[in-house]
Amino acid sequence: MEGILNQLPIGLSIGAVLLLIALGLTFTFGQMGVINMAHGEFIMAGAYTAYLLQDFAGRNAVLVALPVAFLVAGLMGLILERAAIRHFYGRPLDTLLLTWGVSLVLQQVARDLFGAPNVQVTSPTWLQGTLGPMPYNRLFILLLAVGSVVAIWVYMNRSAQGRRMQAVMQNRQLAATSGINTGRVDQRTFFIGSGLAGIAGVALTLIGPVGPTLGTYYIVDAFLVVVAGGLGQLRGAVIAALALGLLNSYAEFWTNASLAKVIVFVVIIAFLQFRPQGLFVLRSRALT
Amino acid sequence: MTAILEKPPVTPAPVKEPRDWRGPALFALVAVIGLVVMPLVLEPFRLGLLAKYLTYAIVALGIGLAWGQGGMLTLGQGVFFGLGGYAMGMHLKLNDAGDGLPDFMVWSGVETLPALWEPFRNPVFAIAMVVVVPGAVAWLLGTLVFRQRVRGAYFAILTQALAAAMVILLVGQQGLTGGTNGLTNFFEFFGQDVAADSTQRGLYFTVAIVLGVLFLGAWQLQRSRFGRLLLAVRDGEDRVRFLGYNPATVKTITFTLSAVMAGIAGALFVPVVGIISPALLGVVPSLELVVAVAVGGRFALAGAVLGAVLMGYAKTYFSEELPDAWLYLQGALFILVIGLAPKGIIGFFRRKDVTA
Repeated sequence: MEGILNQLPIGLSIGAVLLLIALGLTFTFGQMGVINMAHGEFIMAGAYTAYLLQDFAGRNAVLVALPVAFLVAGLMGLILERAAIRHFYGRPLDTLLLTWGVSLVLQQVARDLFGAPNVQVTSPTWLQGTLGPMPYNRLFILLLAVGSVVAIWVYMNRSAQGRRMQAVMQNRQLAATSGINTGRVDQRTFFIGSGLAGIAGVALTLIGPVGPTLGTYYIVDAFLVVVAGGLGQLRGAVIAALALGLLNSYAEFWTNASLAKVIVFVVIIAFLQFRPQGLFVLRSRALT
Repeated sequence: MTAILEKPPVTPAPVKEPRDWRGPALFALVAVIGLVVMPLVLEPFRLGLLAKYLTYAIVALGIGLAWGQGGMLTLGQGVFFGLGGYAMGMHLKLNDAGDGLPDFMVWSGVETLPALWEPFRNPVFAIAMVVVVPGAVAWLLGTLVFRQRVRGAYFAILTQALAAAMVILLVGQQGLTGGTNGLTNFFEFFGQDVAADSTQRGLYFTVAIVLGVLFLGAWQLQRSRFGRLLLAVRDGEDRVRFLGYNPATVKTITFTLSAVMAGIAGALFVPVVGIISPALLGVVPSLELVVAVAVGGRFALAGAVLGAVLMGYAKTYFSEELPDAWLYLQGALFILVIGLAPKGIIGFFRRKDVTA
């Protein structure tokens, strides 16, 4: 029983990290038809930002790093979008391979800058206790995700920019003919999505070491969240991310780590038998 | 819609086209180079490397069929390569061990041979499994996924997740699979010393001939009615469905064929290179092969083979000469090829539209 309870914070916090990562993916995929494999490297960039800021901010680096990592990763995303991806809109498979090339290069850059071995970010002293079964650092990650989701929801539903974003996601041509600058909207979406990955990177420094391949561990699962949640769906991403995080940690608990991923995969395939397009679907009459 | 009206579909060919002999001539030329020239000029070590690239070319051929012809971007061919490889590796391990246990099992403290391993003693069973297991896994996955019209990027993501899960599974089951080290230290291959030059030479010919036969098979398939249907599914799945065909069946068959090819390649890879391990079949190697296909030219089967061999050489050369630069080069190559030459190297040589 105690074991079951102990798995809960692990599952929830992994789910929260997956959610932060998947939000960017699901919006860029849903809105622009882009599969960004370099998204994992934005996570890594966020984590290394926290690592570098330790020299200036000491133990509270994590707090300072959150906004900085958001900007750093967001700008990287923006540059990638402007320089390469915008030429490939609507060709998801090509963007997948293209951005994988970018991801290889970024990993090697990280290796050259910071060295291949993992580095550690010391977490603040005030995150070292526990609340019942819930360690403070995992609680912090959970709150971070909740805060981000609320912020995104408010942005999407209550701001003019966010409503334009929804319009572009639902029908690009119609949005463009209504006078929305879709290119501008795409840039914003990319910036915010990549920035969230940076925040996820900072969150990951609280629960593990930072290395050049940090992003690759989470990117595959984050894509599964997108598939299970439905394209461009905030609700879908939240539910799918938490479900996947919990499923993962409990599957590891009841069987073992090596079988857990297989179980997750089988569950996703089974789930797609009932919901081939994920939990929530943007209804459309368009044919491919 | 107007595009369709303005540009009527190409009229069907008049009764009989004059046969184009350039393709078969090129194939014969490559076959002569591969089977006669290369074994004469290359020293054993280099011939072994070429044999390794040719096994990759077999996987690439499958990717070319599934992705180039069928539009199914499969990022998990490493899984099928691995299934074939492990089936062969298990047989070789048991053969070497005789009545005892394979060496890595002894090291991991396994005392009795796991039931899963027992039938692999039989060479016929092992070789059958090289084809059956990858085929069955691909068929099951394809049926479940394509039936629900899960496609495009979703399919790519799922196959990638499968590759990731497979690696973790293999690493975790140390006593059953040899963990991170995989299966290695083989001595005997069907009665021959696996390390001997003569065996390796024989293996080279085997790999080259298998590749040639599979290539001809895939080529015939591409030219057949089924091949036309496959192209149609790639370019307009819904329209094919409206015409009364079931795209799911076409896709499942093709995906299964490509998986079987990868399985055969894996089985040949094991005696040629002497190892099969999780690092050889995960997300990264699977993607590398897809990129090789893109570099060679995804819309032509020959492009897939060419790309795999060239990228194999490039990887060996650059990791020997400039190990630090290889990842940069590889990344840059991808960006350039996908960005500027989506039809790959073959695209430069073909005047007519190879996508059609």
